[in-house]
Amino acid sequence: MNITDLTVHELQEKLENNELKITDITKAYVDRIAEKEPQVEAFLTTLTDEAIEQAEDLQSKKEKGELEGNLAGIPIGIKDNICTKGVKTTCGSKILENFVSPYDATVMEKINTENLINLGKLNMDEFAMGSSTENSAFKITKNPWDLSKVPGGSSGGSAAAVAANMVPWALGSDTGGSIRQPASLCGVVGLKPTYGLVSRYGLVAYASSLDQIGPITKDVTDCAMLLNVIAGHDEKDSTSVNVFEKDYVKALTGNIKGLKIGVPKEFFGDGINEEVKESLEKTIEKYKELGVEIEEFSLDIANYALASYYVIADAEASSNLGRFDGIRYTYRSPNATSLEDIFKKSRSEGFGAEVKRRIILGTYVLSSGYYDAYYKKAQKVRTLIMNEFNKGFEKYDVILTPTSPTTAFGIGEKTKNPLEMYLSDICTVSVNVAGLPGISIPVGVDSNGLPIGMQLIGKKFDEETILNTAFAMEREIKFREKFRPEFK
Amino acid sequence: MNVSKEELLHIADLSDLIIEENEVNEYLKNLQEILEFANAINSVQTDDLDITIGANEAKNVFRKDEVKEFDNTQGLLQNAPSLELNMFKIPKVVQ
Repeated sequence: MNITDLTVHELQEKLENNELKITDITKAYVDRIAEKEPQVEAFLTTLTDEAIEQAEDLQSKKEKGELEGNLAGIPIGIKDNICTKGVKTTCGSKILENFVSPYDATVMEKINTENLINLGKLNMDEFAMGSSTENSAFKITKNPWDLSKVPGGSSGGSAAAVAANMVPWALGSDTGGSIRQPASLCGVVGLKPTYGLVSRYGLVAYASSLDQIGPITKDVTDCAMLLNVIAGHDEKDSTSVNVFEKDYVKALTGNIKGLKIGVPKEFFGDGINEEVKESLEKTIEKYKELGVEIEEFSLDIANYALASYYVIADAEASSNLGRFDGIRYTYRSPNATSLEDIFKKSRSEGFGAEVKRRIILGTYVLSSGYYDAYYKKAQKVRTLIMNEFNKGFEKYDVILTPTSPTTAFGIGEKTKNPLEMYLSDICTVSVNVAGLPGISIPVGVDSNGLPIGMQLIGKKFDEETILNTAFAMEREIKFREKFRPEFK
Repeated sequence: MNVSKEELLHIADLSDLIIEENEVNEYLKNLQEILEFANAINSVQTDDLDITIGANEAKNVFRKDEVKEFDNTQGLLQNAPSLELNMFKIPKVVQ
């Protein structure tokens, strides 16, 4: 049995009937990390010794009948912008290179309560700004399907680690596509929950009105299971919403007969790769065979959604990143002599080029003379985008689009042109702007054997419908039975 | 709309960032391109629309103003680049 190739629900079954010990699972992952990490470079911090110790402790508790929780002993990987008490949380940035979080994010408290085992912290674009993980200050993560390609981003470490079987599942964060796009490029499942479903307490803020933490997993069942763990109201995050607690796994019936899916034709236009289009058209045909009503409609928002996204996200970032000042918990420039010097030199030496670019753009659009033309206008466009989605959801239960306009692109291919990199998010950003849930699942591969992702967008707090719609197609396509990364 | 070098340096100053002379042109070029792209929002008719600040309904969330102990002061302080007597240390600011 290849332990690291199993999904979490398969691992859970084998733990329940004592076919596997908790220690077997953790040790298998530790070995797998030792084997594959030199190739993939997904981790910023590995916690393998701690993980084995914790696994031994949990196993002995289990044998004494003292262990509670049906996920106890399952390993996990965590994106490095989620605070983990006593463990480095760098956000992929030199400015936080030595930051050890003094507290746990709320999602980490939930994960610890379930006795999941943290295998380590995963690489990302600095402060989650990027679509390829190449903006990390520390290393370039490779796509397990083709090591010369990017894994996507910003949660590229999380998606690559799941695809490479170095963790059974992982947490990422998504501000404009940062869970769904890397999931798509790495052939795994990624869900951005509705804004407010998962607490952001302890997630290092990039753009607070857009950020959400979510699962990156091998299949849809695991995705629903991890969402069950992390969802829920938290008084420490005033934007978290008190919704009726749900069991998302129960939603996975596979029955989607009579469901109405809308396909916005603008999301299949220029700039979308032909092979991506073809693959999704085949998927749409399969949905029809499953008894789904599919209709093409117009949702002409992609371009200005992306434009408004970058105005709003950068404005919020310029404010959020003001806290990194070289005084309390960040890098301090050794060249600084005055207080002002500490601020300016620490920030200028500590932040990478893309982060500085976004802070400057954000400050620009908030500055006197440009506030109305950019920031206020973008906030109005945000209203319009929400209205357009609402109109769509009057007619449809789910909206289907590609996740990414292309499959994984080459390392270094888009780093010279920031704007070209931004276009990688064209299909995903509007979901964050409107605060909706979106899931990406793999539906095929292109002629180079690189995964193609489909995005399903749902109504607010209706994760159940998109999970079940994804689940039905996953059973149909059986992607994991047919395709696996080759590390070539 | 063209961004001037002076404007860029002023914005960088407001952001507590230093842009070196040899970086100015690249930042200007990138900023210009991104702003031109962002201008797409100005082709949209939004006269009758209100602004949206957050993803969900904007309402105040109140809680009692209670002091809660944070039990890991050492964990907080250990990240500071410079400390003295359990306080963050900075260069002298008052002459």
